[in-house]
Amino acid sequence: MSAIFEYIIAAAVVLGGVFGLVGSFGLIKLNDAMSRLHAPTKATTLGVGGVLIASMIHAIVSEGQISWHELLITLFLFLTAPITANFIAKAHIHRHETPESLPPAGEDRIWATHDIRPEEQPAPLPPHN
Amino acid sequence: MRLLARIFPHPILTGLLTLVWLLLVNRYSINSLLFGLFLGTVIPFITRPYWPNRPRLHHPIKIVVYIAIVIWDIILANFTVAKIVLFKSNAARKPAWITVPLALKSPEAITALAGTITLTPGTVSADLSAGGHYLLVHCLDAPDPDAVRDEIKTRYERRLMEIFE
Repeated sequence: MSAIFEYIIAAAVVLGGVFGLVGSFGLIKLNDAMSRLHAPTKATTLGVGGVLIASMIHAIVSEGQISWHELLITLFLFLTAPITANFIAKAHIHRHETPESLPPAGEDRIWATHDIRPEEQPAPLPPHN
Repeated sequence: MRLLARIFPHPILTGLLTLVWLLLVNRYSINSLLFGLFLGTVIPFITRPYWPNRPRLHHPIKIVVYIAIVIWDIILANFTVAKIVLFKSNAARKPAWITVPLALKSPEAITALAGTITLTPGTVSADLSAGGHYLLVHCLDAPDPDAVRDEIKTRYERRLMEIFE
């Protein structure tokens, strides 16, 4: 394997590692629950992406065949990351937000998470950060 | 024709599942193609009750353009979020909820828009209004919430309108 590809692969792995680290650091540093949700959904995407690109280049250069699994991992990640984030956000709204603490929802009046029967309403928790 | 539509309720899904199976196997052979087609036929058939209507997609080229724009924005989003996480103090950061009025109607289109918003710079889609007319979006750092809303509407929603409706 020529040296130039080794440099490219190494660069992609290091880039991926740095972004993974930043995403994890964001989880510690950001100071409210909704903001903490941003760090792992974004920074980690490129973190995983860097490692996957390195893996694809390695398969092409050293094994002489294209590996498609990395593309699938990317596809599944892009499909699942927004759904996970959405569910965490909904759980947060359910437990820690009231219709008054969110912006108004126009003619629909309330947001879907709050659109439940009174007996399903969770016991009010103090707003936390 | 009706029989064909009953057996293949979602031809695009059938094609997609076959393709995903071939990529999973990682090597092309007629065996895997046939088994992929088998899965692509059986899975949409069994899950048909959950997919009552078939989303109509227009302009395949615009879909490709849209995916390219989103991937480019995801890469930029990573740098934007990393910069905010590393260099902006929590006190200087202005997190905000914004409300995006939706012109899109079909559930598939709204799902695509919500997913795009979550994957792109500093925004997470959190909830839909009770009647489905608004999207609640949380911004990591939004000194100007109206600009964020306008960008979502012009950059993503307008393109999704052309693709889905």
